[in-house]
Parts: sequence; C-alpha cells; structure tokens
Amino acid sequence: MAAPTTPPSALADAVRDESSLRRFLHGLPGVDQVGVEQRAAGLGTRSIKKASKLHAIDLAISMVDLTTLEGADTAGKVRGLAAKAKRPDPERPDVPPVAAVCVYPDMVATAAKELQGTGINVASVATAFPSGRSTLDIKLADTRFAVREGASEVDMVIDRGAFLSGRYGQVFEEIVKVKEACGDAHLKVILETGELVTYDNVRRASWLALLAGGDFIKTSTGKVQPAATLPVTHVMLQAVRDWKAQTGELRGVKPAGGIRTTKDAIKYLVAVHEVAGPEWLDPHLFRFGASTLLNDLLMQRRTQLDGHYSGPDYVTVD
Amino acid sequence: MSDRLTVAKTYKLYIGGKFPRSESGRSYPVADAKGTFLANAAQGSRKDARDAVAAARKAFDAWSGATAYNRGQVLYRVAEVLEGRREQFISEVATSEGVPAKKAQSLVDTAIDRWVWYAGWTDKIAAVLGSSNPVAGPYFSFSTPEPTGVVAVLAPQQSSLLGLVSVIAPVIASGNTCVVITSQDRPLPAITLSEVLATSDVPGGVVNIITGRTAEIAPWLASHADVNALDLTGAPDSLRADLERAAAGTVKRVLRTKPNEDFTATPDMSRLRAYLETKTVWHPMGV
Repeated sequence: MAAPTTPPSALADAVRDESSLRRFLHGLPGVDQVGVEQRAAGLGTRSIKKASKLHAIDLAISMVDLTTLEGADTAGKVRGLAAKAKRPDPERPDVPPVAAVCVYPDMVATAAKELQGTGINVASVATAFPSGRSTLDIKLADTRFAVREGASEVDMVIDRGAFLSGRYGQVFEEIVKVKEACGDAHLKVILETGELVTYDNVRRASWLALLAGGDFIKTSTGKVQPAATLPVTHVMLQAVRDWKAQTGELRGVKPAGGIRTTKDAIKYLVAVHEVAGPEWLDPHLFRFGASTLLNDLLMQRRTQLDGHYSGPDYVTVD
Repeated sequence: MSDRLTVAKTYKLYIGGKFPRSESGRSYPVADAKGTFLANAAQGSRKDARDAVAAARKAFDAWSGATAYNRGQVLYRVAEVLEGRREQFISEVATSEGVPAKKAQSLVDTAIDRWVWYAGWTDKIAAVLGSSNPVAGPYFSFSTPEPTGVVAVLAPQQSSLLGLVSVIAPVIASGNTCVVITSQDRPLPAITLSEVLATSDVPGGVVNIITGRTAEIAPWLASHADVNALDLTGAPDSLRADLERAAAGTVKRVLRTKPNEDFTATPDMSRLRAYLETKTVWHPMGV
C-alpha cells in the first residue's frame, strides 16, 4: 500500500495495511444520531442580525465555489459564470469575488483563461464524476487532464461501491494516487454522503479521506438527493477539528448541493464557528458548492444595505 | 344536557396555498361593529409580506401562462364555492359591517356577481384592449395586453367582502398574482374568502391574504423590489404620499383611487387595465 504524501506520525499506524486501516476506521467512536441532529437544529435557530449578518453574507460570498456541472454547459456559459465570479454584483464593486469556479474538465481551459490573474481558482471535477464508476487509469487520466488544462483545485469522487463493501484499502489507494496526479492542485474528496446511509459511515469516510491526504472533504456531487445537510456537515467538521488536534494540520470542508438561501448559508457558518472553530471561517478552509445561492446572497446584501426587499430582477440571470 | 362551550377562533394567514401563523407569532382581537369580540386574527408582519411576495412570484409563471379560458373556468368555480358559503358570508358581513341581514344579503350577492363579472373578462381582455395596428410598411403589428406581475393590494377598510372581491378579482383575472392586506378591523370575510380559494382550483400563491395593521405592512410592500404594482385603495390617507414615493423607487404601477369608492356600482375596466402592460410585436408580411 502506498503511503500518503504527508503521513501524520500519530496516525501512521492506521495506514500501515488494509486491516489496520479497517481497525482504525471501525474503532472511531459512533455518531450519536439524535444528538448531532438536535445540535444542528439548535444551532440553526441562532439569530444573526445587522452588521454580523452583513459580514456573514460577504464571507459566504467569498466562500462560494460557483458551480456549473450540466450536460448542457457551453464555453459561453462558463465565460458568463467567470465574469460573475469576478464581480458578483456589477453595480457594487465592494462585493468580494467568489473563491472558485467549478466546472467539468473540458471547460477548465475556458475558465482558466477568463480567470487568469484574478486570484479566483479554477476547480474541476474529475475521476468519472459524478458516479466514480470507471477504472483507476481513466480516473487518473481525467485528473491529469484537468490539472494540465489549468485547474488549481480538483474535486474527486470516492468509489462508494468499494467503500460500502468495506474495501477501504482500495478507496484509500485511489485517493492517494489521485492526490499524486494532482501535483500542486488542491484535492477535494467528495464523499457523496447521500449514498453513505449512516453518520458512522460519513465519519469513517471523512477520516479515510483525511488519512489519504485530501485537502478538503466535500459532502456531495449535487447529483444525488439528499445532498448537503447540516448534521452531515457537523460530523465532517468534527473530523477536521479532530484532525487538527491530532496532527496540527488544517483541512477544509465543503458542503455542496441544496444550499440555496442566505439563511441556510448562515446556518452553516454558525456550525463552522461552533463545531470546528473561528479558524475555519476562511475561504481556504470552508467552501460552499453552489450556483443559485450566490444570487440569494446578493439579494440579501442589497436588502440589508438598501433598507427594502430586493428582487431577482436586480441580479444576473444564470 | 349542558350548554356547549364557545371557543374563540384564532385564524391564520393564507400564503402560498397554506395557512401559516404569522412569523411574528402575534394575533389581534377582531370585534363587530358594536365592539363585541368576534375572533382573533393573525397580525401579519413585514416578513409575512416578504414570504407572500415570494409565493406570489413563484405562482406567477404558471398563472399568467395558463390560457385565458382556463383562468376563466377557475374563477367561475370560485364563484360557485362562494355561493356555497353564502350564509356564512352574509352573517360575517352583517356582524363585521353592522348592517341589517337584508343589506348584508344584497352585498354578498353583489360580491358573487362581481366575481362572475370579472371571470367573464378573462378571455375578452385581449380582444378589447389589444389591437392590430395599421403600420406604413409590409409588417403586421399587434399589441397585446400582458399581466404586469405581482400586485400588492391594500383592500378597502370599510367594504369587507364586496370591496375585497372588487379589488382582487380584476388583478387575478388578467393573470397577475397578488398579496392582499385585508381590512384591518373587518378581516373575517377575507379569511373566509381564503378558505374558499384554498378549496377551489386557484393554484396556491396566486392570492395571498395577510391580516394585520395596514400601516405597518404597506410600506414594506410599496418599497419591495419584486412587487410590480400597488393598489392604494385601503391605504390610510396619512400614508398615501409616502407609499407612492416608495413605489416610485422601484417603478411600480400605482392605482390611486378616490376615497370612499362605491363598490355597489357596476365597475368599468379601469381596475383590469391598471395591472396590464402592452406588448407590441412586429412581424414581416408574407413569410
């Protein structure tokens, strides 16, 4: 079994071979389902108002991975999205740019050209997204292609079939190889929590991805329901917090899919602050995978600043 | 045998086809014309108005896209359900407005007839307000009326049913959706109308009914950027100028009406016309 790129010493034993990996993952404490759901719902009721709300909206905008992953994507649509990423609200230059634009590998070159020199990253899904059902060679070729085209972040999917059948070694190996193929590009590992069934599995998959060297753990592809939920994000935030405690390394979390309103986004930010810590309130460590969320954030921002409700006529259609 | 206990009702709002409580959790007592307690009504807040506008916007595409014939059929069906609730409306109008039963009966009958009158207009508006324009060139040029969008309606304060029907029906007949702030002191017939709408074929969100203080909610609707028109009928006099100014900020259609409008008189097309835009299409001849 190949070693991860940066083996954290305290956890080196866990990745020695397949059986010790299994022992480690199954030795993780179980998730208290009722407890985590109750805590997520409880934190969701926290009221964020006025200046704090405005700050939260701007922070959320700067954390958005503006995403288009449709079969009908065209170069024109990607260019439009890139323009929006640079200046989300053209009438208000003080709105921060988003963190990244997320596209399919064949659109990376188009996005990279538009975003050159802006500081906005180009993220690309890879490894036979969204199902992950292909051979390792094809997954690696997919990853290398995306990176060669100019992607600075790669969103890979894990093989859920292998994970659910208990072949953790195979999943681990794949993540390690994809991470190698990424080179300098950041790797986000999509767990597709909607297919993992239990919170215990989410916790195991999170640790597996962190052990294998994923820079981010991401909830979903957005193609499977349920996508991101607050309790699942809680479990993943706990994993990165515990990872920091054990290794000193900071890893990120990205909920994606189904986050459409400012209210939802702020609930996630509250969860980040309370579960992981204020350190994670940073686009380098927390992202939203979203497309429609950005428009709602912009409308809420206008509502806060203008003193009256805004409407969809005042933001760009995409 | 014991006497039955009377339990005072606490009504709710009507937003997006559902009956939610006010987001604010408030309610207020409603009294009849003599000051006797009748029931509690929900006291809507600005956030209820915001939710109602979102529901109305969501319903707009399907309602404005339905054929005029279909809208007509839906509105006729509403009139049938109104007729079925006639006795309830008569008693509510009599107590709310403090008029004798005979007068209340005639008001309710006129209200139902008014609804039918506007229902009949649905498939005639385009023929009457649209035109084929004579142009100097080899083109056809057509003008057709189109619904303007989401209309905020401040319902009349005095006429609790006839007035209400006279302001809602023309808005939705042409394909608009609306958010209605009911008469502040006489909301009961409006609440019953929402039950009528919920049990007829009108899609949820086409009519949203909010009870509460008009002066509290109206400014938020007047300034709301996703509201396309504002009916000032039930606005307090002291607030009219401010509401118009706020509406101008987002270029709304504003319907200014004379105070103490007589709703028993047969209406003309002015209320229908107020919420329409004209779309003109040029088309080359012979293609």
